[in-house]
Amino acid sequence: MSVDKIWVLAEVADGAPITTSLELISHARSLGGTVEAVAYGDGTAAMAPTVGEYGATTVHDVGDLAGALPGAPVAAAIAALVAAGNGPDVILFPATYDGRDIAARLSVKIDRPVLTNVVGLTEGDGGLVSQHAIFGGSQILSARFTGEGPHIFVVRAKSFAAEPTGGAAAAVVAAPAPDTGATNAAKIVARHVEERIGPKLDEADVVVSGGRGLGEKEQYALIEELATLLHGAAGASRAIVDAGWVPYSHQVGQTGKTVKPTVYMACGISGATQHMVGMKNSKNIVAINKDQDAPIFSVADLGIVGDVHKVLPKLIEALKARG
Amino acid sequence: MNVVVCVKQIPDPAAPGALDPGTKNLVREGKLILDDSDAYGVEMALQLADAAGGGDVTLVSMAPNGETSGLRTALAMGAAKAILVSDDSLAGTDALGTAKVLAAAIRRAEPDLILAATESTDGYTGTTPVQIAELLGLPSVTFAKKVEISGASVKVERQTETGYDEVESPLPAVVTVTAGVVEPRYPSFKGIMAAKSKPVDVLTVADLGVDAGQVGAAGARQEITDVAEAEARSAGDIVVDEGEGYQRVIEFLEQLKVL
Ligand SMILES: Cc1cc2nc3c(=O)[nH]c(=O)nc-3n(C[C@H](O)[C@H](O)[C@H](O)COP(=O)(O)OP(=O)(O)OC[C@H]3O[C@@H](n4cnc5c(N)ncnc54)[C@H](O)[C@@H]3O)c2cc1C
Ligand SMILES: Cc1cc2nc3c(=O)[nH]c(=O)nc-3n(C[C@H](O)[C@H](O)[C@H](O)COP(=O)(O)OP(=O)(O)OC[C@H]3O[C@@H](n4cnc5c(N)ncnc54)[C@H](O)[C@@H]3O)c2cc1C
Repeated sequence: MSVDKIWVLAEVADGAPITTSLELISHARSLGGTVEAVAYGDGTAAMAPTVGEYGATTVHDVGDLAGALPGAPVAAAIAALVAAGNGPDVILFPATYDGRDIAARLSVKIDRPVLTNVVGLTEGDGGLVSQHAIFGGSQILSARFTGEGPHIFVVRAKSFAAEPTGGAAAAVVAAPAPDTGATNAAKIVARHVEERIGPKLDEADVVVSGGRGLGEKEQYALIEELATLLHGAAGASRAIVDAGWVPYSHQVGQTGKTVKPTVYMACGISGATQHMVGMKNSKNIVAINKDQDAPIFSVADLGIVGDVHKVLPKLIEALKARG
Repeated sequence: MNVVVCVKQIPDPAAPGALDPGTKNLVREGKLILDDSDAYGVEMALQLADAAGGGDVTLVSMAPNGETSGLRTALAMGAAKAILVSDDSLAGTDALGTAKVLAAAIRRAEPDLILAATESTDGYTGTTPVQIAELLGLPSVTFAKKVEISGASVKVERQTETGYDEVESPLPAVVTVTAGVVEPRYPSFKGIMAAKSKPVDVLTVADLGVDAGQVGAAGARQEITDVAEAEARSAGDIVVDEGEGYQRVIEFLEQLKVL
């Protein structure tokens, strides 16, 4: 199978396509053939210029979902296009909450397997080969589909660069969802958005993260203060998210955000494999941990073996003194 | 209210993982344990059944070699019974094939609610529960951080990138729970003793009427082509803080022009 047509799920947040979708469109373009987007919600027309700029020629617009969770209706819309013979060879989904749900439902509807947690995609004999970081990113596994397409890949954030090409606005084509019956019965009745100060965690140039080594919830203030002084974002290990110290939106790692800042500072974080897959590709890593054998030091460019309660206050004082 | 919980039995994650050099499947030797991620689902099911004034919590698992040690842990927590699908032909099954097997097993229990984890600890594909929902023709709500039953529907607080959504779905439905949604209880001694005599129904692929061509390595329609060491980061500078450690951090940040 040659790759002539690739579809990318273009998810929208805050009225614009999410960065991961733009990364996927950019990379799909480099794999050759036609690149088209699939979108849903009420912001589709507004995003056509942006996805066009990154290389998509068409947007298949599922339209407004009337409060339904996207999984069932969007998968049904894609399956209908595939059944009508207009399907692509490959469909790329961002590894987001909704992206994963849609990919899973589509997989059953068209009876095709999925490859998930993809961090790289290259051309191979007769199709694409996907790369997966396993065992905390210490090994890279390559995989491919052996059966017929469309081939479904669910790709992690920051696997590729998002690069505009200056393409024209994509043409918007309606792709309404057929009736999905009971599968479509889950409805969103209210949305709650947490307040955020400073840059987004996955877009910040500096990320300062705290873990269980902080000892108690109140000490997370050190992380926030340091992040603010460095114009960065405050992150966290899952241990302290589960403990209720900070909201989930701060979590870095396999089930949290993938970050690639210029500097990642891990404070009182051991460096579990599931944490590392989310930050290992940061350009520079600083770790502060009192245990010199902590696994986090194996990826640190600068490691301070010390107590966060001693090092962080001094660091904060010194930065404040610089003004 | 009858609740099914999908529970995966996995190799101890504390032991270093390895791939079989021949098949490239994850080595699953020795005793398997209850995936920690599923302990939350079991606890949630017990609490919901309790709040609803009763009903059975049934475990459903697919695992090699008739493995039940992880199931016994969940039975000791208080689940009533278990269905285990174990069959040599299942080696190498992918997420979709796993979902086909589990869906067929779940059908037998006729549940009002099906719980699973958002993703397992060892394979973390994260698609299996929603694939199950689609196979059963049911709605699904993933990434639940709070679950409540109200009459014939389930109310869920679902994590989002920026906070959470309140989602409502009629039952039956599939809900996946995140870690930390409830505090899993430790099995009591009495629970452990009682678990030994709780029924575990062991089924094969044929028993379930699942087409053998849909499962196993052949049914997966995907293959591992290569496993390579990732590019290692070059070793950094590790210094012991003697009171001046913060200075090193400042120098490093200056060097990177972050300061
Ligand atoms: C399916 C699954 C998904 C997961 N996803 C994620 C994920 O997305 N993100 C994530 O982070 N984790 C994830 N985890 C959890 C992960 O396995 C670890 O449990 C978690 O990352 C540990 O957090 P921690 O480093 O804060 O805590 P710990 O592992 O307890 O480490 C605390 C560290 O602090 C150090 N310390 C203690 N006191 C001090 C002090 N005073 N000064 C300096 N250092 C000190 C200790 O030496 C230790 O190294 C996942 C786990 C599973 C099973
Ligand atoms: C490193 C690695 C990468 C893999 N990548 C892929 C891939 O990209 N695509 C693919 O199709 N397969 C993949 N697999 C195979 C996949 O893990 C298995 O097919 C597995 O049977 C189901 O997937 P999971 O554990 O990843 O499920 P997930 O979807 O992560 O599981 C979510 C939840 O579903 C329930 N569940 C899952 N499996 C069972 C079970 N056997 N019994 C009871 N409940 C269960 C549990 O509640 C679990 O927490 C991979 C395996 C490994 C080890």
